[in-house]
Amino acid sequence: MSVEINARKKFELKPGPATREAFGRALVELGHENKDVVVVDADLSKSTMTNYFAKEFPERFFSCGIAEANMVGVGAGLAMAGKIPFVASFSVFVMNKAFEQMRVCSAYGRSNLKVVGTHSGISIGEDGPSQMSVEEIALACSLAGYVVIAPADEASCKALVKAAAAYDGPVFIRTGRPKAPVVHAPGQKFEIGKAVEVAAGKDVTLIANGLLVAQAMVAADLLEAEGVSVRVLDMHTVKPLDREAIARAAKETGAIVVAEEHLVDGGLGVRVAQAVAETSPCPMEFVGLHDRYAESGQPEELLEHYGLVGKDIAETARKVLGRK
Amino acid sequence: MAKSIEELQEIAKRVRRDIVTMITAAKSGHPGGSLSAVEILVELYFNTMRIDPANPKWADRDRFILSKGHAAPVLYSVMAERGYADTPKEQLNSLRKLGSVYQGHPDMRYIPSLEASTGSLGQGLSLGMGMALAARLDARPSRIYVMLGDGEIQEGQVWEAAMAAAFHKVDNLVAIVDYNQIQLDGFVKDIMEVAPLADKWRGFGWNVIELNGHDPAAVRAAFEAAAAAKGKPTVLVAHTIKGKGVSFMENNPKFHGVAPTQDELKLALQELN
Repeated sequence: MSVEINARKKFELKPGPATREAFGRALVELGHENKDVVVVDADLSKSTMTNYFAKEFPERFFSCGIAEANMVGVGAGLAMAGKIPFVASFSVFVMNKAFEQMRVCSAYGRSNLKVVGTHSGISIGEDGPSQMSVEEIALACSLAGYVVIAPADEASCKALVKAAAAYDGPVFIRTGRPKAPVVHAPGQKFEIGKAVEVAAGKDVTLIANGLLVAQAMVAADLLEAEGVSVRVLDMHTVKPLDREAIARAAKETGAIVVAEEHLVDGGLGVRVAQAVAETSPCPMEFVGLHDRYAESGQPEELLEHYGLVGKDIAETARKVLGRK
Repeated sequence: MAKSIEELQEIAKRVRRDIVTMITAAKSGHPGGSLSAVEILVELYFNTMRIDPANPKWADRDRFILSKGHAAPVLYSVMAERGYADTPKEQLNSLRKLGSVYQGHPDMRYIPSLEASTGSLGQGLSLGMGMALAARLDARPSRIYVMLGDGEIQEGQVWEAAMAAAFHKVDNLVAIVDYNQIQLDGFVKDIMEVAPLADKWRGFGWNVIELNGHDPAAVRAAFEAAAAAKGKPTVLVAHTIKGKGVSFMENNPKFHGVAPTQDELKLALQELN
């Protein structure tokens, strides 16, 4: 049964296409729109979904084999010669194995490189911790001049991949393996650096990105049922941060929970906290991974086991409300 | 209007004087690997490369990447000789000083005519391969030249790029290994042997040309042969002498990364007269 709460329809956790799938589809559209869009991959095209682009535009797709450092360097070279290259691999590999190449050849040596990490977070599931990327937001944000994006669902991912292509400068986009619940209304517009208010409310704000936006919506419904008015922001762009939306949330709701599928060290939470501290300080709590690696399992059970689902976010919100 | 070999030798002599002078003024820097690369850079910038210093962003230009970025002084001096507006000759002695365009390692933020900001070893060949692929996609005549150090090729990424460039048949890409046999800690053979160099590159699918990197005619001929090679990238294994031109620096590991004193500069300039 669907009930109206504060004029908002109850959120339904309904799986949509994975964000990596949305990325792959967006790339093909970009390929048709702009002949300068090229793709470099490191033997994971069937998983990163760049294989759609490879099939459509074989002459603009470059396989680098299992060699992420070279992949990023080749991508940067293509960018320096006027192309709009997307390089893609699992987040954990591209960010950890090619971090220095990203730093020297695209951040410091500012080039128009788009790096897309797929299979992010612990929701890659059964493959386990060696494949789980839980630190790449922190690393990406430490690259001066980088734009860092973590979309929540198909529509936002497609739109933000296209926005990244149109933007002149280095961008990192974090996508995931599992099906991503649809969180955004049809027709919603997405802009780099501009948070989307997914639910309006005045008692507490839940700020999330990636898969946890949907979980924040689940939490919002749990809290609304208790009479708490909850605002939910999809902070799809971690850098540059939408400080205005954050300051407004701090001021108007007076309590904030940040939820992310990432280590709490250096992720979205600490960046939001910095913005809150600098604008309108208020009590904050954080949902994420606390100084540990996860394990193999199914995506949904892992999110639940590691405390990253709606009920965990709701419980954390109750805690922050108690501090108001 | 190609320069004669004699004219290039005169330029090379001036470049060597610049190198030791600017590094002495900076009180730090890398003279040895700058002096070993002089003839190659002079040939590239004054003859081999299709470039227009008055129009440094010309889309059809050839490009040079100094992957061994610590040899920045030789690149700065050669570009200054060639007349790029953003590499003023009168500022060469500001090398490594606060506010100078002549950063310790090549930095495009200060010198836009550079093709890449380098300094962390092992990355230039990948960049060059990307640029070469872009030229091929756009059917441009551009050729990309990447200079690597012999110590630098101990970096694994170089061989990732070597494998990939041959696989993709990037024949508008030329690597030059400045094979001067010395790296920071000592002789390459004692730190991490890279020989047999020609066999390694050949094994990775490259067209290999070995030459004396200080013989201007041999350097020119090698670049011409590289341009004629189709279907695979070419590497020039350039046998050179670290510190070439200054007797007390030649083959002396000390001068990999130590600046000459004022007295040593005086001696060096006498020898380079």
